[in-house]
Amino acid sequence: MATIEVIKERSMILQKEMIEGLFNDLEKAHETGKKVCYTFVPGNLSELIRCFDMLPVYPEINALQSAMRKKSAAYIKEAERHAHSEDVCTYVKCDVGMLMKGNIGPTGQKLPPPDILLLSYTGCFTFMKWFETLKREYPNAKVVMIHTPYQEGGKMTPEMVNYMVKQMHEEVIPKMEEVSGIKYDENKLKKILQYSKEAEDWITKIFETPKHRPSPIDAYFAGVYYIGPINIGFRGTPEAVEYYKELYNEIQERIRLGLGPVTPEGEMKEEKFRLVVEGPPNWTSFREFWKIFYDMGAVIVASSYTKVGGVYDLGWRHDPEKPLQSLAEYCMNCYTNLNIPQRIDLLTKCIKEYGADGYVTNSIKSCNSFSAGQLAMMREIEDKLEIPVGFIESDLVDPRYFSYSNIKNRLESYFQMLSQRKMMEAEETH
Amino acid sequence: MRNINNIISRCEELAFDLDFTRAKEWKNEDKSRVIVGYMPIYFPREIIHAAGGLPVAIFGGGDRKQIIKGDAYYQSYICHIPRSIIDMALDKHFDNFDGFIFPSICDVLRNLSGIFRTKGFGKFVKYMDFPQNFLPEVGGVFYQDEMRHVLHYIKEINGIKVTPERLNHSIGLYNKNRRLIEFIYDIREKYPWRLSMKDWYHILRAGTVIPVEEHNEILEEVAEYVKGDVGQRQDKVKVVLSGAFCEQPSVGLIRSVEDAGCYIVDDDLQLGSRMVIGDIDATSEEPLAAIAHAYIFQSRYSSSIYDVDNPKEYRLAKIVEERNADGVIFASASFCDPSLLDAPIFQNAFDRMGIRYIAFQFSENINQFKVIKEQVGAFSDSIKLWEDEPSSIPVAE
Repeated sequence: MATIEVIKERSMILQKEMIEGLFNDLEKAHETGKKVCYTFVPGNLSELIRCFDMLPVYPEINALQSAMRKKSAAYIKEAERHAHSEDVCTYVKCDVGMLMKGNIGPTGQKLPPPDILLLSYTGCFTFMKWFETLKREYPNAKVVMIHTPYQEGGKMTPEMVNYMVKQMHEEVIPKMEEVSGIKYDENKLKKILQYSKEAEDWITKIFETPKHRPSPIDAYFAGVYYIGPINIGFRGTPEAVEYYKELYNEIQERIRLGLGPVTPEGEMKEEKFRLVVEGPPNWTSFREFWKIFYDMGAVIVASSYTKVGGVYDLGWRHDPEKPLQSLAEYCMNCYTNLNIPQRIDLLTKCIKEYGADGYVTNSIKSCNSFSAGQLAMMREIEDKLEIPVGFIESDLVDPRYFSYSNIKNRLESYFQMLSQRKMMEAEETH
Repeated sequence: MRNINNIISRCEELAFDLDFTRAKEWKNEDKSRVIVGYMPIYFPREIIHAAGGLPVAIFGGGDRKQIIKGDAYYQSYICHIPRSIIDMALDKHFDNFDGFIFPSICDVLRNLSGIFRTKGFGKFVKYMDFPQNFLPEVGGVFYQDEMRHVLHYIKEINGIKVTPERLNHSIGLYNKNRRLIEFIYDIREKYPWRLSMKDWYHILRAGTVIPVEEHNEILEEVAEYVKGDVGQRQDKVKVVLSGAFCEQPSVGLIRSVEDAGCYIVDDDLQLGSRMVIGDIDATSEEPLAAIAHAYIFQSRYSSSIYDVDNPKEYRLAKIVEERNADGVIFASASFCDPSLLDAPIFQNAFDRMGIRYIAFQFSENINQFKVIKEQVGAFSDSIKLWEDEPSSIPVAE
């Protein structure tokens, strides 16, 4: 098979450098005396971690990067040898397997053990079980859990906010102070949050650019790179603001030139289909998966997955004037913490505002937080908007559940249906 | 006292009446009455009772309902219970139910609450977020707020204002219910042949779909019965069954475990009815605070409750010890995240502790148990035939 020369935009290189820098810092954490905080992306309290000068580790990011580097299969098998079921989240198994095999991170550097396990239990029940497992693997780590209430009624109530703020005062901050030896400084947090707000403004503008035709970006396959810095600890830094400004300017230039998205094989030449995608991508065969879409001229103009670390497109931002309340609201406002009617409304809005031709669900075997309810959501959206819907199945990081032929066949049939529909619509217009 | 066989037979009817006939009859007797369905695992039924309602547990269709519509709502890799619940809802089994409560146990049932909202089932749908923070002034206060929401929904329907007196009365009734249940468990621990697990399961489960007053009467009669020297001891080992707290195995599976040489002396099948250990204070001027206090300080371990400060493996090991059990059978519903994610924690700990166990998966609608029966039989034989220690079951007194 011929090697594909991957074309990278400057912003992608910048992002890579930021992540490599983090892993380098983590490798040297023992020498530098920096404390290490393991936490999760949805509802991550990056600003608070930064406020206490800690370094974050995101187990699910390690897992997805391991998958992209084709290492996840061996890690998963290792975990399954130790009683982990075939039927549960493969992020968990990949992470546990990686730990059992020496905790060598995706960059090939050894990851330091956690000084603190900060569980911001947001939108995913498995996170809680994952940390129960990690606690047993790292008995010396301090554990702090912040329970994020689910937006069951489609809103954040004052009781929910109070509950979270009280947890921060009573549990999270005292334990972080104890581990870091640093006193909580609200003014420092406010300054960090100001950068968060700015980064959120920029990323919102970036994800609005697919409203243009042709879309200058792919908001799913490239989008997962774009959300990297804001999701993995750089939110709240001037570097992240700079990165997103740079990225936005690059995209504006593409719009000016009338260019479509950059793919691993260059610019997508013709935009045939505009899609909204629900669900995380498959990481083990990420390039092949993406290629099926861009080969068919399909661009993803909006996706739910890029909102997993925060929903900013409805106007919510971190507010430096209400630091802890703002962190609480952030946690509650991540995509998987929205109830099903909220998710339907959000996706409906995307389909309408981004002029999508179709709606595709990538249903992930091991992620019930996303997957349970996706069929009902799809049915609702189809009924409400009369839009063609597509459904494929894969997994996050377990290569056994990525069936290229099945997915390609299903998508090709779906694109044929979209083509026919477009032709019929064109005929009706004439 | 009624004949025990008649009681068991009636309980079996009640437990698996997928039309909830008794609950609906009860509701029709008074216009202010409401029925509130709740999903596994635990819900403080006292508050619904105090508000003039009947809490009715929804455990899905088991092996008694063919799923047709439900499969269109759930992928093959999601557990079975949500598809059978949605199938029951679409087939109008829950007609006359006023509201539905989804306790926070996993992402699947959480998202099912959203589907119920979207479909407009019931007059209210409440996802009940149980606190994972166990400070009374933090998680306890939040839990009280959650309970107040439920009371508010019911008051909107029937206008009943819940007073501390009403709540304390209801707490007292459920205290009695829990005491009777534990009394029978304690008898069964020593003399499991007096009441089979299958029959006991029917009796327990019946209590989740009828008024607590009626269930208490049944339990009193059953308690009297098991006090007597009834049944005949068989050469079986004693086991604790763990992991089937939400989606329920079919009764055939329970019977197969017993037939294969095991007395089930403790289990988490109907965990919700036993979640609180001991009494809840029924004299408090703030009964909601008392319920919250009991949840925080008197709960059993559960795969859906964050356990870092109170590890579940030691709590299950303690149950095994206290029940003089010979081992543990881990029975997890297929694709059940809470149960399966706990499996390595339990099993690795039990390997270290030397507690014998086996593990298998089931689905509520399977009724072929040959493989499971062989596995359980081998487990039982291995304990009986090759262990140095004799079986810990005492000779009948």
